[in-house]
Amino acid sequence: MPEGRGFAPQYASVQHRDEAAEIGIWVFLATELLLFGGLLFAYFVYRHANPAAFAAASRHTDIVIGTANTAILLTSSFLVACAVDALQAGARRICIMLLIGAMLLGLLFLSLKATEYAGEYHEHLVPGINFSFAPPLADGAELFFTIYFVATSIHAIHMMIGIAVLAALAIMLRRTASTRLCAALRTAALYWHFVDAIWIVLFALIYLPGRSGA
Amino acid sequence: MWREWIPFWKPGLSPYGGDVDLLFAGLLLASSLVLGLLIFLLLLFCVRYRAGNPVDRGNHDSKSWHWEVGWTSASLVIFLLLFVWGASVFLEIYRTPQGELSVFVVAKQWMWKVQHTGGQAEINSLHMPVHRPMRLVMASQDVIHSFFVPALRLKHDVVPGRYQSLEIEAVTAGHYHLFCAEYCGTDHSGMIGEIVAMEPADYAKWLNDQAPANSLAREGGALFREFGCSGCHGANSSVHAPPLEGLYGKPVPLADGSIVTADDKYIRDSILLPRSQVAAGYQPLMPSFEGKVSEDQLLRLVVYIKSLADHAP
Amino acid sequence: MTEPDYLNSSYTLRSWFLTTDHKRIAILYFASLIAFFFIGGAAATAIRIELATPQADLVSSDTYNRLFTMHGVIMVWFFLIPSIPNTLGNFIVPLMIGARDLAFPRLNLLSWYLFVAGGCVTLFAIVAGGIDTGWTFYTPFSTLYSNSYVIIAVTGIFIAGFSSILTGLNFIVTIHRLRAPGLTWYRLPLFVWSLYATSVILVLATPVLAITLVLLATERFFGVGIFDPKIGGDPLLFQHLFWFYSHPAVYIMILPGMGVVNELISCFSRKPVFGYKFVAWASLAIAAVGFLVWGHHMFVSGQSLLASLVFSFMSFIVAVPSAIKVFNWTATLHKGSLRFDAPMLYALGFLGLFTIGGLTGLFLACLAFDVHATDTYFVVAHFHYIMVGGMVTAYFGGLHYWWPKITGRLYSEYWARTAAVLIFFGFNLTFFPQFVLGAEGMPRRYHVYPPEFQVWNVLSSGGATILAAAYLLPMFYLGYSLFFGSRAPANPWDAPGLEWQTSSPPPELNFESQPVVTRAPYQYRTDFTAEPQNA
Repeated sequence: MPEGRGFAPQYASVQHRDEAAEIGIWVFLATELLLFGGLLFAYFVYRHANPAAFAAASRHTDIVIGTANTAILLTSSFLVACAVDALQAGARRICIMLLIGAMLLGLLFLSLKATEYAGEYHEHLVPGINFSFAPPLADGAELFFTIYFVATSIHAIHMMIGIAVLAALAIMLRRTASTRLCAALRTAALYWHFVDAIWIVLFALIYLPGRSGA
Repeated sequence: MWREWIPFWKPGLSPYGGDVDLLFAGLLLASSLVLGLLIFLLLLFCVRYRAGNPVDRGNHDSKSWHWEVGWTSASLVIFLLLFVWGASVFLEIYRTPQGELSVFVVAKQWMWKVQHTGGQAEINSLHMPVHRPMRLVMASQDVIHSFFVPALRLKHDVVPGRYQSLEIEAVTAGHYHLFCAEYCGTDHSGMIGEIVAMEPADYAKWLNDQAPANSLAREGGALFREFGCSGCHGANSSVHAPPLEGLYGKPVPLADGSIVTADDKYIRDSILLPRSQVAAGYQPLMPSFEGKVSEDQLLRLVVYIKSLADHAP
Repeated sequence: MTEPDYLNSSYTLRSWFLTTDHKRIAILYFASLIAFFFIGGAAATAIRIELATPQADLVSSDTYNRLFTMHGVIMVWFFLIPSIPNTLGNFIVPLMIGARDLAFPRLNLLSWYLFVAGGCVTLFAIVAGGIDTGWTFYTPFSTLYSNSYVIIAVTGIFIAGFSSILTGLNFIVTIHRLRAPGLTWYRLPLFVWSLYATSVILVLATPVLAITLVLLATERFFGVGIFDPKIGGDPLLFQHLFWFYSHPAVYIMILPGMGVVNELISCFSRKPVFGYKFVAWASLAIAAVGFLVWGHHMFVSGQSLLASLVFSFMSFIVAVPSAIKVFNWTATLHKGSLRFDAPMLYALGFLGLFTIGGLTGLFLACLAFDVHATDTYFVVAHFHYIMVGGMVTAYFGGLHYWWPKITGRLYSEYWARTAAVLIFFGFNLTFFPQFVLGAEGMPRRYHVYPPEFQVWNVLSSGGATILAAAYLLPMFYLGYSLFFGSRAPANPWDAPGLEWQTSSPPPELNFESQPVVTRAPYQYRTDFTAEPQNA
């Protein structure tokens, strides 16, 4: 390997490497999309089979926390987007501050989510642990809540990974602001926005069905 | 018969068994031609164009797209013909005419339980008359099984949680294998039985010999009282529940505005999931019998309610 | 003195287990795949011995069920899916496209670790007591009724799934971004095209399997009913999700084999592949249409009539690009100058076996016949013709073809040809009788069977003995060549591909200088020379 090169030997230039990373993250997001896609397919099949139960179950979700969390995630995505711009403009300190802000919002999201889970536990809405629901629609509601817990916990895992990645980047940025980190931040930001976008879909499917229209 | 020319292939013994066999023969013929052509060309090219053999090898890649378009469209046309052929025979097999002899089949790990309407019960065997279609109403008590009679060229999965109907008919009397074709656990390969196809007279005699004290409908009637169904659905009940006399086979308006036909599946669902399809004009009061009533008892209740069809409401 | 190459650059354990060199990672994969191949093969041997008689005499039913599940799980996820992509693909693709490595070498290593971790978890489930659900994990049996180690096995497959995804991702980015200057898409060897198509499926189908397995494990662990009909769940939903992955997975298993065969047939006919563009796009067509045929596994499950018709139709359509490939390969031989070295014998064997597998696939796509044949030995024979007759044969062919490049050694041509011929006959003797068994109606996954099926079962078991011996042979002569084989030249086949323009074995960074591609692939000449792609 030629000494002193800042990038791996399979690349011709820094730009070449960064382009590869960007394609890489898009392909990865395609994978992620299909992961949630399978889950959403199950959701729609069961919602189609049990429309009333899904509406009733949806009314038992906590729309206040859900809406707050949506706002929090959207704001965090905004901060991450600003952080990318800041780094490209050379404002490393501002970038780090923005990332810390996004991470804090992410943690706030997770703790609200935990509160929501606790509330559902108290209301006996956790399938497999203590589920009870007014009988006529209990079966459909149990399906709804099973999918709800699977989907939101997988989403939460994605959030944790996202926060960890942002934290790692923020720590590395304190030392240096190489072009490599700049590309890495763009990649991480795409991932963060994706997790955000998934949440918007989940929000609509989880909190809104029983509350719209009639 | 052309079928005898296919080695190792015992003829199908259902009315459309011949059609399936003909289809198989057609597929075999088409495949053999393609495979034969391929092997012929491979051998020809391998011998003729072996290295060192002095033959003309000039201008070998001209106009390749003529060939491409040719064989692409040829395979497409042949495939489409095969698709249409296969699909039309398939639609023939799975037609389900109403109103013929019906028999209940309950699959469970690892046996087939058969209930004739007259109350005759069998395990791992099914007696049927020849030349008379029989409608099987199949349910599984546990996992997915599959009702497979190779001699009749027929198979249908038995998925838990639903009734599945299948029409079978044999044209020749005899004993045929009944297999479970969907893997169902430890003794999957022991879940086999036989189909006994009999001349109608023999079948009538068999039914007679096997006739139990009570028909299925009568046993269902006893269960109907035992489970307390009659308390609400009975004629003198104070509870406002829909009457069941004359119900079977009729359209039922539901509370949500839709209309369903009161068939086996509807009755079964109403017993297990009463609040999923509430009849219009009634309150959803009925408790679920899920877990309280077995598949065997369920089918007796269904037969009983079916037997009420002729009673005036 | 030997030239420095990727094998002799360092001998420490660390230099192997922490390597980011795609060639060394390919070797790591190769070693682990051999282990899984023999574990899965041992299960198959036990199955065939048991089935030699109609009664149960060697093992109990529970053990038998564990054996075929183990055979299926190991062979599908831990041998066939990673086989060509992760060994030959990993090694050859960067060389073929003139790159120094894959785009993400560390991801590549991580992928191997995930694969091994997943394999170990699944092996643990097998050792701890086994899994008896069949590799298809159908609910509600797998979730509510099976008393075996389903969750652990599923966890192993889940982990291995990430390995697949990362490999696919790596290939896609590599093929997009790391092609040598001048190497346009239509100058790519067809092996690269087929691996590209494979990678697309790996990336898009595997996550659906992952989420399906998560739902399965959730249902089994927490006792909630996602697929349980008792609370309104639908067991068929599982089948839909499962086959949405597992049917495209069949193409994951065969497309790389087709890719290898392109290289072999072209090289040993000394001609470019006939209809290059058609073959290239056929790969992508298979990958795309392959996503729309999963319902043909469910014709008798009670899915709607319309769904069955559509899926049957699509299944016929997906056969068209495969047919195109077979015709093009045959046409490639025309006016070639054929040599019958061991790799070519494998390629010709592939052509015959794959064609039989493909044609019987049409039988199964045909609705009325599928009603009779599905879940019988007809299906077992069909997919073994594709998976073993097709993929494994192509794998062996490719392994022999690139063996001199990978190891720098030449194997014994005599033994290699013997093994190729033995595998071909052993294979046919093993699996052709199973078509007859299936047509006569013997269901699959049967431990004991009615005695009238015995003749064909004995034939099949006899063939399996030959096949097992034939699969062991390469172990010996290839192993021997590693230590005693003569040194391979850089380009033993006089082939024009970039991988042959560097030394054997290649140096650590593949090429002394960046190759620049100036012409289309497969510029062979009948006098057994070729015009290198980069000269």
